[in-house]
Amino acid sequence: MDYDFNFAVVWRNWDLLAQGLGLGLSLAVLSIAIGTGIGLIAAFGMLSKLRPVRWIALAYVSAIRNTPILVLILFTYFALPQMGVRLEKIPSFIFTLSIYAGAYLAEVFRGGLVALPLGLREAGLAIGLTEFRTKIYIIIPVMMRNVLPSLSNNFISLFKDTSLAAVIAVPELTYYARKINVESFRVIETWMVASLIYVAACYIIASLLRRLEARLAIPR
Amino acid sequence: MNFTLFFADLWTARMNLLNGLGQTVLISVGSVFLGTLLGVAVGLALTYGHWLLRFVVRIYTDFLRGTPVFVLILACFYILSVVGIDLSAFEAGVLALTLFCSSHVGEIVRGALSAISKGQTEAAKSIGLTFRQSFVYVLMPQALRQILPTWVNTATEIVKASTLLSIIGVVEFLLATQQVISRTYLSLEFYLFAGVVYFLVNFAIEQAGRFVERRIAIPN
Amino acid sequence: MTQVLKITDLHKRFGDLEVLKGIDLTMQKGDVVSLIGSSGSGKTTVLRCINLLEDFERGTVEIAGEAIGYRHDGRKRRRLPERQIARQRAMTGMTFQQFNLFPHMTALGNVMLGLLKTQKKPKEEARSIAESWLERVGMASRKDHYPGQLSGGQQQRVAIARAIAMNPQLMLFDEVTSALDPELVTEVLAVVRDLAADGMTMLIVTHEMRFARDVSSRVVFMHEGRIHEEGPPDELFGAPKTERLQGFLARSEF
Repeated sequence: MDYDFNFAVVWRNWDLLAQGLGLGLSLAVLSIAIGTGIGLIAAFGMLSKLRPVRWIALAYVSAIRNTPILVLILFTYFALPQMGVRLEKIPSFIFTLSIYAGAYLAEVFRGGLVALPLGLREAGLAIGLTEFRTKIYIIIPVMMRNVLPSLSNNFISLFKDTSLAAVIAVPELTYYARKINVESFRVIETWMVASLIYVAACYIIASLLRRLEARLAIPR
Repeated sequence: MNFTLFFADLWTARMNLLNGLGQTVLISVGSVFLGTLLGVAVGLALTYGHWLLRFVVRIYTDFLRGTPVFVLILACFYILSVVGIDLSAFEAGVLALTLFCSSHVGEIVRGALSAISKGQTEAAKSIGLTFRQSFVYVLMPQALRQILPTWVNTATEIVKASTLLSIIGVVEFLLATQQVISRTYLSLEFYLFAGVVYFLVNFAIEQAGRFVERRIAIPN
Repeated sequence: MTQVLKITDLHKRFGDLEVLKGIDLTMQKGDVVSLIGSSGSGKTTVLRCINLLEDFERGTVEIAGEAIGYRHDGRKRRRLPERQIARQRAMTGMTFQQFNLFPHMTALGNVMLGLLKTQKKPKEEARSIAESWLERVGMASRKDHYPGQLSGGQQQRVAIARAIAMNPQLMLFDEVTSALDPELVTEVLAVVRDLAADGMTMLIVTHEMRFARDVSSRVVFMHEGRIHEEGPPDELFGAPKTERLQGFLARSEF
């Protein structure tokens, strides 16, 4: 293989790559925050006593989980305006990724809720807390700590999914990588650097989250 | 929404869409098949390999799992042509999905094999089975049952990820749909339609997986 | 004498199974009543109805003269709104077989939660009440430990402090020792005994016959959803009248 490696072209654009990485991370953080809210509502919905509520929550979760995220992204950005809902690129992507995250997190939270001992809720009620407060002070905090590892994994997946924002020209890491690729023709270098940045970022995020998990874990 | 127009256009474009769906199926089946073969090898290497082999394979899986599939697809598509391996977009895409699938299957296989208790291997040895015999008659049958649900899940992930090949110009189902949209301007209707089709495909795969799972379940 | 608890004609069914077939029970302030009987006799269900953890279909439960759980609109019987139910639940303190401590809070946090959120006490007051009850059950030195760091007996003592710190009119103990290793039973029973000696009104479901005999002012034997026999402990254990109770006592270990 005769190929002269030249990383200088890629490095010259390090500021773009850094910006892209920063935007990708911000998109993932925002989406997991909103998605957690949606996921909690959907999880309690799936466990509701009311059949229609259960049905709606279940329909949402399985529809989103079985649809490719690219279709969802394109749908929100290109098809929703036809219904009069016109969102800018970045809000549109955050919207999609939050809805997407919500469906996956709903499954995680549902599992966490089902695994809690029944007595926990009863103990909350017994000291005079309402159902709602029992959820806020006891059920949700305990469940959240139990599912932290899944939450971390979901965050890393979401971060990787932010690469798809490039498709609607949101300037994150993959978008800039394509741009550098086209402008410099240093194809191998560009994609090696781009994927290495992703791998390194995922690795660092994962180890930071492991530490956070250890700190938030319920002592025993 | 304009249903009359939609159905008329759907009928006109039926052959194009069916071809696209055919491509999607071909891509998915091909990648899952090849990815599983490679993945089993990866999993075995991770479990039983010499430490050097384990180390190398570990880097391979971690790298692939840390890179977004989209970046993987773009990298395969752009890089291979530069280094003189002439692959079509279709082939480059299938290669990327195969690599992606193999890293996931490898991890699943390793997890399943290491989850089977040491006692099983010892019991197999104690009745005089060789390593190969104990693997074939004792470990593999148990591991396969464990692997199945996650493997089916990986298959649906691949179907969803196959939509990303549309970006490098493979006319699979999503790109076929987009081509129809560019002719008809019915983005809402056709994106919804695409979502429903993907949902049905994945739902069918999931149900088939559950069916097999029930059939081969160990009674208890 | 003030009446603390009055149960009249309490009925409860789970689907087709009628678990309580008309229970009548009254307790005065300072009474310590033990409910005994084989499993499935409905004794735990009585406690859970009093704490409104179960709905019941017929009959009334009054605590300190207030009918709890339901109100009557003419002939219709309706469950009270949630806030009322929550307030009424706090009139009784409940401890559970499985302790049910909140795993994400320290012992002190467990005891303080109800004081802060239900009784809206200021933080400092809640803390000092909680600390004094933890002291009382011998857990002061472990107040900053999490439930997962405590033995079963210690957890149950914290659970008792959590319930009693709310200053309930009536304490309900649901088989407080049956999930404990034998060597931990004594420390928990000692706490209950201590509270009884202090004049706390208590309704106790237990399998520990010796303990029931020692601590109770009255013992109630339940069988198949009915009260089969009741009386002072010496009478009930010394000279059981019915054959069922005789059989039950013969099978129970002392």
